[in-house]
Amino acid sequence: MTDLLYSEEEEALRAAVRGLLADRCGPAAVISRTESDAPHDISLWKTLTGEMGLGGLLVPEELDGQGATHREAAVVLEELGRAVAPVPYLTSAVVATEALLECGADDLLAQLASGTTVGALAVGLHAAPGAAFATVRVDGGRLHGELSGIADAAVADLLLVPADDGGLYAVDASAATITPQTSLDLTRPLARVTLDGVRGARRLGDAEPAVRRALRAAAGLLASEQLGVADWALTETVRYLKERKQFNRPVGGFQALKHRLAQLWLEVVNLRAAARAAADALSSGEDTGITVAVAQAYAAPVAVRATEEALQLHGGIGMTWEHPVHLYLKRAKADSIAYGTAGAHREALAELVDLRAP
Amino acid sequence: MTDAEELRRRTRDLLAQHPPASTDRLDFLRARFDAGLAWVHYPEGLGGLGVPRSLQGVVDAELEAAGAPDNDPRRIGIGLGMAAPTILKYGTEEQKRRFLRPLWTGEEVWCQLFSEPGAGSDLAALGTRAVREGDGWVVDGQKVWTSSAHLARWAILIARTDPAVPKHAGITYFVCDMTDPGVEVRPLRQITGEAEFNEVFLTGVRIPDAHRLGEVGDGWRVAQTTLNNERVAIGGMALPREGGMIGPVARTWRERPELRTHDLHQRLLKLWVEAEVSRLTAERLRQQLVVGQPGPEGAGMKLAFARLNQEISGLEVELRGAEGLSYDDWTMRRPELVDFTGRDAGYRYLRAKGNSIEGGTSEVLLNIVAERVLGLPAEPRTDKDVAWKDLAR
Repeated sequence: MTDLLYSEEEEALRAAVRGLLADRCGPAAVISRTESDAPHDISLWKTLTGEMGLGGLLVPEELDGQGATHREAAVVLEELGRAVAPVPYLTSAVVATEALLECGADDLLAQLASGTTVGALAVGLHAAPGAAFATVRVDGGRLHGELSGIADAAVADLLLVPADDGGLYAVDASAATITPQTSLDLTRPLARVTLDGVRGARRLGDAEPAVRRALRAAAGLLASEQLGVADWALTETVRYLKERKQFNRPVGGFQALKHRLAQLWLEVVNLRAAARAAADALSSGEDTGITVAVAQAYAAPVAVRATEEALQLHGGIGMTWEHPVHLYLKRAKADSIAYGTAGAHREALAELVDLRAP
Repeated sequence: MTDAEELRRRTRDLLAQHPPASTDRLDFLRARFDAGLAWVHYPEGLGGLGVPRSLQGVVDAELEAAGAPDNDPRRIGIGLGMAAPTILKYGTEEQKRRFLRPLWTGEEVWCQLFSEPGAGSDLAALGTRAVREGDGWVVDGQKVWTSSAHLARWAILIARTDPAVPKHAGITYFVCDMTDPGVEVRPLRQITGEAEFNEVFLTGVRIPDAHRLGEVGDGWRVAQTTLNNERVAIGGMALPREGGMIGPVARTWRERPELRTHDLHQRLLKLWVEAEVSRLTAERLRQQLVVGQPGPEGAGMKLAFARLNQEISGLEVELRGAEGLSYDDWTMRRPELVDFTGRDAGYRYLRAKGNSIEGGTSEVLLNIVAERVLGLPAEPRTDKDVAWKDLAR
């Protein structure tokens, strides 16, 4: 039976990550970082991976990982989402790691697990599990081409690049040209990867199964990040509406707003169950396709609505650059496209549960 | 300490002494009650053994495997889910001994005399009067939305015993004898055509003081036990995938490709996802209860199921196209159970409309979530310190 609760160890992990982020990743710091030349917080990443060992949760212990499961990674992502932390956790410790696990690239897995190497799968962030993805050209043992929309590529050391011969290649980031793109989500920026005749890249294995596995885990665990984002939006809005007074009353006492927040709470409660189910299914390998598609079809609109409601219910202050709600709105909206839209996951379900289109 | 193994042993003893195949149904149920295997979390002597509720499954599994009869819990849901917990918590020893056994076996059906035409969401404003006379009470008033009143032997009743104090303070909780000559039950026909509910007119109904539950004037607090259990009973069921209202729609979709349209497909997939997520939420709530950590999530389950049932059944009527224009049967019936599956889509659509009204309207439940779970300010109250007799009505 699917375990939908959090274990004591998972709660302890949550507390540790939340404590670190409260110290090191406050909203004002995140906003000013987005305006700098280095939008990613590499120092925070080093603490999360090097000191806390969270980079290797999905990597077996014999490869210097933690040998934990998607359930623990999901808890980390909840907290990272709650803080819109600009670290390449989902992209390196989940997506690139899953691709390497599929290819059996043990040496590279050990590097990713330690956090000394940041990996990025060079597939556009929008790609859904099982969907087609762009490739580079292999010509005389050299890789040529351009791939865009690659999340966190700007801080990657290792690129996993699908090529038109069906292979997945390991490319040292220093051999590629990586150009930051102006991105909707300020805390998970995209970049364009250009390979101009890169030679000597190592072929890790077949791209298709590795990408499919990586994107499925990403879609399932993204629901936990979206839960963190939505839960922040709800909690912060409730807190603010108890304080904010208009018409000589706290505005949180007006029934029209109470009902909207109660409705949102219901959706966050549902999202928690869906996200836990997806994390548990990924770790057990049972019923994974349906459970991940259900979680992602549900999570994206809830996270977007939660942040949109947070903005509206904050009134004018919610529209300012200074208030962090926009970081969450941008993350939620970008997440609604990342690893397949809700619509793409519903289409997948139509096949999986035999509710076929006309 | 009674553990699972001990419960299994006691269940097998019961089955050996009263083989289901050769024992009268009622005799078996009474013997099960007397063996403490009816509801194991109840005290010894009252159908239980005082062990955790989670162990009931051990007993039920043994009995089901042996083909033992059950007490038809859906038919006597009001007694089991609402009257019994209240009697257990507030009843005298004598009341517990008199009422709980025949309640559990189903020999005596119970109904609930709470709502009134003038007291729906504002239940505490109720106006049915109970006036002391000798060693008892005389009750006059009108109740409404009473399921099973026409079958019931007993009712749980709240009535006003002191109109001169604020509304919550002047209520007392009673057990009312439904065979009293002053009780008149009239069917209340619903939009589905049938009459699940009744209006109950109470005229000079006599209730002995020994049938009062809790203190005089404490009825509102006693009623909270009843109402909290009602919401758990309505929203807390665990279901398999496609086990709820989405099941018949999904089956129709698969079996009738000629009915499919693109618009319906998009809406169906959305609702299928929401139904599955609600099922997972209910399952998560159940797991929280099993480990003894009930979350506030239960407050939301009824809200979610009400909206889903309405949207899914609405979609189902549309999906049926031309057939959606017909209705299976408008005959006035008095069903003992609400059966969503035995009827056509049109019935489900109409009956589900009641889901957001019965057992607390969705609007009131949203207030409860906002205030008790999120801690937002309560609605402004103008009635708290006013005597009931001076309230606007």
